[in-house]
Amino acid sequence: MNDLKLRLGQNQGVILAIVVFFLMFTLYIANHPAGLTVPVVTTAANKAVLLALVAMAQTLPVLTGGLDLSVGMVFIMTNCLASSMVSGDPLQIAIGTAVVLLAGALAGLVNGVIVVYGRLQPIITTLATGAVYYGIALLLRPVPGGDVDEELADFMTYTVFEVVPTSLVVLLAAVLIIWLPFRNSVVGRGCYAVGSAEGAAYMTGVAIGRSKMAAYTLAGLLAGLAGLMLTFVTFSGEASAPIGGTYTLNSIAAVVIGGTSLYGGAGGAIGSIFGAFILRTIDDLLFVFDLPPLWQPLFQGVVLLVAVSLGAARVFQIRNRLELFK
Amino acid sequence: MNAPAEEPVSRPPDPAAFWQMRGISKRYGGVVALDGVDFACHPGAIHAILGENGAGKSTLIKIAAGVVQPSAGTLLLDGEAVTFAGPQDANAKGIVCIFQELSLMPDLSVADNISMADPPLRWGLIDHRAQRRRAEELLSKVGCDDVNPLELVKNLPLSRRQMVEIAKALGRNPRMLILDEATSALTAADVEKVYAILGELRAQGLAILYISHRMHEIEELADTCSVFRNGRHIETFAKGTRSDSEIVQLMIGREYTQVYPPKPQHETPPEPELEITGLTWGNRLADISLSVGKGEIVGLGGLDGQGQRELLLALFGVLRGVTGEVKVAGRRLRLTSPQFAKSSAVGIALIPEDRKSEGLLLPMSVRDNISMASISHFTRGLFIDRERQNAEIDEMVRRLSIKAGDVDDPVATLSGGNQQKVVIAKWLMTNARIVLLNDPTRGIDVGTKQEIYQLLRDLAAAGTAILFYTTDYDELIGCCDRVSIMYDGRIVRELEGEAINEENIVASALNLMLDDRSEVSSQAEEPA
Amino acid sequence: MSIQENMQGALQGALKSVDRPVVIAFGFIVVMLLAGSLYSSSFLSANYLLQQLQVAAFLGIIASGVMLVILLGHIDLSIPWLVTVGGMMSTAAAGWWGPEYAIPFGLFCGLVFGLINGLGVAILRVPSMIFTLGINAVAQGVMVLHTGGFAPQDHASETMRWLAVERSFLNIPNAVFIWAVIGIAVVILLKRTPLGRYIYAIGNQEGATFLSGVNTKAVLIACFAISGMCSAMAGVLLAGYSNKGYQAMGDPYLLPAIAAVVLGGTHILGGRGTYLGTVAGVILISLLQSILSVMQMPEAGRQIIYGCVIIGMLLVYGRGQRVQG
Repeated sequence: MNDLKLRLGQNQGVILAIVVFFLMFTLYIANHPAGLTVPVVTTAANKAVLLALVAMAQTLPVLTGGLDLSVGMVFIMTNCLASSMVSGDPLQIAIGTAVVLLAGALAGLVNGVIVVYGRLQPIITTLATGAVYYGIALLLRPVPGGDVDEELADFMTYTVFEVVPTSLVVLLAAVLIIWLPFRNSVVGRGCYAVGSAEGAAYMTGVAIGRSKMAAYTLAGLLAGLAGLMLTFVTFSGEASAPIGGTYTLNSIAAVVIGGTSLYGGAGGAIGSIFGAFILRTIDDLLFVFDLPPLWQPLFQGVVLLVAVSLGAARVFQIRNRLELFK
Repeated sequence: MNAPAEEPVSRPPDPAAFWQMRGISKRYGGVVALDGVDFACHPGAIHAILGENGAGKSTLIKIAAGVVQPSAGTLLLDGEAVTFAGPQDANAKGIVCIFQELSLMPDLSVADNISMADPPLRWGLIDHRAQRRRAEELLSKVGCDDVNPLELVKNLPLSRRQMVEIAKALGRNPRMLILDEATSALTAADVEKVYAILGELRAQGLAILYISHRMHEIEELADTCSVFRNGRHIETFAKGTRSDSEIVQLMIGREYTQVYPPKPQHETPPEPELEITGLTWGNRLADISLSVGKGEIVGLGGLDGQGQRELLLALFGVLRGVTGEVKVAGRRLRLTSPQFAKSSAVGIALIPEDRKSEGLLLPMSVRDNISMASISHFTRGLFIDRERQNAEIDEMVRRLSIKAGDVDDPVATLSGGNQQKVVIAKWLMTNARIVLLNDPTRGIDVGTKQEIYQLLRDLAAAGTAILFYTTDYDELIGCCDRVSIMYDGRIVRELEGEAINEENIVASALNLMLDDRSEVSSQAEEPA
Repeated sequence: MSIQENMQGALQGALKSVDRPVVIAFGFIVVMLLAGSLYSSSFLSANYLLQQLQVAAFLGIIASGVMLVILLGHIDLSIPWLVTVGGMMSTAAAGWWGPEYAIPFGLFCGLVFGLINGLGVAILRVPSMIFTLGINAVAQGVMVLHTGGFAPQDHASETMRWLAVERSFLNIPNAVFIWAVIGIAVVILLKRTPLGRYIYAIGNQEGATFLSGVNTKAVLIACFAISGMCSAMAGVLLAGYSNKGYQAMGDPYLLPAIAAVVLGGTHILGGRGTYLGTVAGVILISLLQSILSVMQMPEAGRQIIYGCVIIGMLLVYGRGQRVQG
């Protein structure tokens, strides 16, 4: 019982995000003309899963106390790659899928190598590699187009057993196959340790470099998965810098809303997923409430600003002002 | 062998000792922290290390724990030479250290912290159940059954964190356990538990190095004591062969190396410049009343961490929610920010505890550092009058004889003593009428210390009120006109004149009543 | 002391104050120009260089403000839409109240958003990374609302066009003069005023600066406000340059501005950097973009080279310390 209370307390941020999401989603469904139907949920899921995967990717570097400003561009790059590789006979599709995911992981690995061995700051490193990945995306697809195996795309964007959106199943698989094992591995816990107190982690013998490299590499892999999913949704590839930029920035917002500290050490990918869902549901809510479309961006902005400012409550409880500067 | 000339020491290599240090020296820049130290310790014994601050104790244990590498000398484990590239190396050889600054990760759970380096695995992943069982076992071994292993370390009070740190160390299966002031943050009940554990570990054949300032702990625990002074190993003796006063003498040294300027005799009590009445802050400062007169140096003493730091911060406007009354030159003030505290209307200066992170901007120039608190004095309109500023800075550099290659060099390039002078210069530039100092001579060389003593006395002679916290008893005796000793957030004793002596200071710092002639009786309880 | 000795001393002093990154950045500019001149002799012509400076001026003005924020150890991600706010609000003001209100109102709007950034970071202590991101979204929302609701005028005023496009003195573009004025103001701010001293101090160690009795909150707020105004000023000029204000006009400027500041040797975590370096970084980035486009390098190659150059240069001189216990 005590344990449960503790766990709830430690996961307040995540739980709050989940509760807020379900409230918002209920409100959305209640006001949707069609109500709770499989197509409505599937459409919502397909949009939300893309950001959720990118937000999961962003979570890992943030946990180590870093940041990945290239996730959006890796997302775009793998989308372009997938739009020319994931078609043909089943074997080609399988190889193509594997290449897309590997490309994402490789992009992340490059980030990790530069941050760990080059000892450059993550912000500026990923800003620069983001430009490179966007360039590669343009190289792959100078104009929007390409295609993807239609049957597979249809399957991935519709439902399993006509009930559960396939995209949600993919997201669940990412959690079960990538996130949970990582979180419970020595390297994964090392990420938390590094983000919490790098000096203490060193004294305790945590492999700091290995943990950081793993975090960036998996971030690339998850962004690659998101890029693959984007291809299934749009049936094409497009090297669009604005889309990449928007996803990068929204992923940071989703991470924060999901209860992960930007200073590292606390939080997790589950929270980020619900943070992403919340951001997406705001859009949907504005739609069903017939808020004039012109007001929507402003409303989104204000909600985002308020959400990230909630943490400020802590600041006003501090009694030794020197603690503000730590 | 490089034995200090004045001591008749010649210790032959000891075959029974499993851990030996031979001729170990460590230099940090120009400062010699350890000077040709020979040291050995034995399994199944608790070995206390005694010495003042700066005696070299912490360097000794850092070398043993692999955190720093010695400049010269050899380490021998089971008679074989070893080198440690990092703390992991030392851990792997069974040498585990519990540091004063904790090596815990605050955002992680107790169980995660305890098993951070070598977690139990199942199918390649961390076995949380096994990890939890292990944490529970270790916690119950240190008597902390009340700590839930799932709790985050940052949510534990400091004393519990310290116990977790001990549990973590035990989990590494040490052959030699080093405790550096491990009991300083503990409650009395916890201290008892630690004693019991240490006794048990001794019986199991562990070697234990124990560093503490608390004399009664050493009496209770230690089998052997080694005294260090000025980076040298002075003497090792079995418990009970030396009296307390002899030990204190060994720690201080027979000859006073520090020379203090003479204290002036005040005919009449000086006019109070700073008066504090009933100052309280949370549970860290309780009902503090104190006054510092014009031209007076008042010392703050006591063990480390009894609220001295907080008192100075409160007076400098850093803390929120301070109650009680503070008067400066007879005017009642609410000190709300350092900006207000340093303003000419108030005139308080604070030389902070950690000069590297609180006092200085290391990459910036000596010049920029010295002028940082007083730029507004040189500002004409929007701009800094650099000629006037530079003239005053140069004058200050001369006055304090700050040795810097160039005042435009980063302050990081200066020696520790000169860095501390820069911090002092920064605040002298503000013409403060009250100067608060937080252990300003820690880790600096003797020569600079003496210059600082002279400077403080000169400032006092010019009418400045000085409140001077130091962990060095000697400075309280040599420098201060009056001394207030703090214990557990309150002032337990005030000493004046002849009563400012080693015995009284040590006794009241430990909150013991060794001395019957005490003029203020005190009955503060053990921290609970 | 003879005049000669005096000069020598001054020269040595000047050399000492120029640090390695700045020298390398300028060296790289020279190399790029020489390499470009092998490709086409027009690279060394005065006209080409002036044209480059004109384009660089917009980036330079934005980078001036961003540099102050980065020196503090913070970052301003609201640049894209604050540039847009500057451009769109100035053109709108020209339409509402007359052309003389255009520039002041554009700058005022940038100032307001900048102030909010500063308040969020200094008082609420929300990480600047995320708070400025939120302000960026709010600014975008306001602009979308603005264009939709009123069908406002989006034409730049005469003065805006004159400032952004014309060359009125010695054939030097007016925009370059504006950059020069802002640049000199920033140099004076950083070198001669208490505020400048405090900016470096906070970037090095905010706690120690606070304990020196500095009003650190005011410094943070001031820098974010200046950054907001600089972005808005660049927006005003960009609107003049393309003769109108339009949505997302600031989008291409965020990454180049931050990259320029960092390539000029300003430490991304604050406390170190010179304005001369930022000038070098701005010219470097503008020149790189220009050369790649003159060489008719496709956008893809440009982006890749652009990213690799940043990483490569930083690996030469921007590496951090190894972690110790």
